[in-house]
Amino acid sequence: MKNKILSLLESDSRLTSSKIAVMLGIEEGEVKAAIKELEDENVILGYKTIINWELAGRETTTANIEIKLTPQRGGGFDTVAERIYKFPQVKSVTLMSGAYDLLVTVEGKSLKEVAMFVSERLAPMESVVSTATHFELKTYKKDGIFFTEKEEDNREVISI
Amino acid sequence: MMDYSKLISENISSLAPSGIRKFFDVAAEMKDVISLGVGEPDFVTPWAVREAGIYSLEKGRTHYSANSGLIELRKEICTYLMRKYNLHYNPKTETLVTVGGSEAIDLLIRAIISPGDEVLIPEPCFVCYKPCTIMAGGTPVTIQTEEKDNFKLTAEKLIEKITPKSKLLILPFPNNPTGAVMDREDLEKIAKVVKEHNLFVLSDEIYGELNYTGNPHVPFASIEDMWERTVTVNGFSKAFAMTGWRLGYACGPEPVIKQMTKIHQYAIMCAPTTSQYAAIEAMRSCDDEVEYMRSEYDHRRRVMVNGFREMGLSCFEPLGAFYVFPNISATGLSSEEFATKLLYEKKVAVVPGTAFGESGEGFIRCSYAYSIKNIERALERIGEFVQEYVR
Repeated sequence: MKNKILSLLESDSRLTSSKIAVMLGIEEGEVKAAIKELEDENVILGYKTIINWELAGRETTTANIEIKLTPQRGGGFDTVAERIYKFPQVKSVTLMSGAYDLLVTVEGKSLKEVAMFVSERLAPMESVVSTATHFELKTYKKDGIFFTEKEEDNREVISI
Repeated sequence: MMDYSKLISENISSLAPSGIRKFFDVAAEMKDVISLGVGEPDFVTPWAVREAGIYSLEKGRTHYSANSGLIELRKEICTYLMRKYNLHYNPKTETLVTVGGSEAIDLLIRAIISPGDEVLIPEPCFVCYKPCTIMAGGTPVTIQTEEKDNFKLTAEKLIEKITPKSKLLILPFPNNPTGAVMDREDLEKIAKVVKEHNLFVLSDEIYGELNYTGNPHVPFASIEDMWERTVTVNGFSKAFAMTGWRLGYACGPEPVIKQMTKIHQYAIMCAPTTSQYAAIEAMRSCDDEVEYMRSEYDHRRRVMVNGFREMGLSCFEPLGAFYVFPNISATGLSSEEFATKLLYEKKVAVVPGTAFGESGEGFIRCSYAYSIKNIERALERIGEFVQEYVR
């Protein structure tokens, strides 16, 4: 049941407990208790909104940066990952298999701002061997949602 | 001047469902209507299936297929029925791919009904069984299912309508418009009567995958001794959200399928080839998508039933398809009055229960093949409407 609640919240975090209760055919109290537990256990980490900032008229620049590292004694990659993810400009940090080690997403107001952040903050770090910065040009789909098209209901009003 | 009234066959001109048609036309032309009126999924066909259709076009697979359908598809259908329901059919001789489930229904009725034969049809039900029977020269005999029986067909009600001329029983479950489901026990009782009275059965299981009982759908042909007396009709429209592709199938004993194939061959040639290639993909790889859609419908179903009950209307809990069938008799309005007034006064489109047979009087059909947002907006307006009329 917890996973069902999570799936519903994942697709729409604004669903109220009472609505979730109706949708799953359980008591509202049960939903509230489950959500509280999931929040306490850090399973639910937050509730966010997916926004097309381009349409809202705000210019943002996002870059994905591949970073190669030399692992550090003791902490492996964790210590350096932590030093990177604590910057508020950094939206995500993931340890990857393959040709590089960390994939870091950085958001800024301009290309220059992001580039400066990489060259001044990330590249000089002791264990960073190299960086490769890829700027995002256009978002087609994000978090399962289409950014470029809206699916319309083109069915007849009534059919048997 | 051409006198068209003399041109048209009397058998056909007497068919038209008059009043309801007019209501539909009004609904179709009105602007900003919130509809709960459709009988098809709001989901678009899964992309993998659409992609397979596109690929077949790119490869130039634009020709007729075998009359019975691509053998590859027939094999997939049989594998699907076997792995899902342990139901066994031979893809070469016992399986026919049709233009939607509707064609399969028409074919079976035409293949076995002669003038004078009676066809037993539980109502409320999908609209085609009666006209198909009349077109084949048979006599439709309706059986009225009731809210108190959860709109199931009971053995008692069936026996009441059986005569020496009874030949075919239609089993339209999960049911459009009521959402009623027959479980194994219910079907076993019907099977006993079927055997005793030597009936043949058309089991229309187009909504079979959309079942919210918590148990798998039970095909009638899987009940003891019923395989040889049943043609199972199913298709891709509802479970796979493929209504526009027009693809269904019929599975049953060879002597019956053979005759159905003959009619199909003369009237249709074969089902659309592009759709058939797409359907192969649907059978192979879409279990997850089907389950996702089913669970979405399940959530909406509860929202809808809850909404009507909160309005103070009695609403039977449907366990299949994607319709609820609330009882609106507390408003003092007939089904058609309710639907018409609701359309004009609140701009919400629902289908009067009488569109599905006389026993639909006092009910309306509301589809939950819509987003929760749409359903809630509609329920709010219906709630206001009901409040004005319930005393």
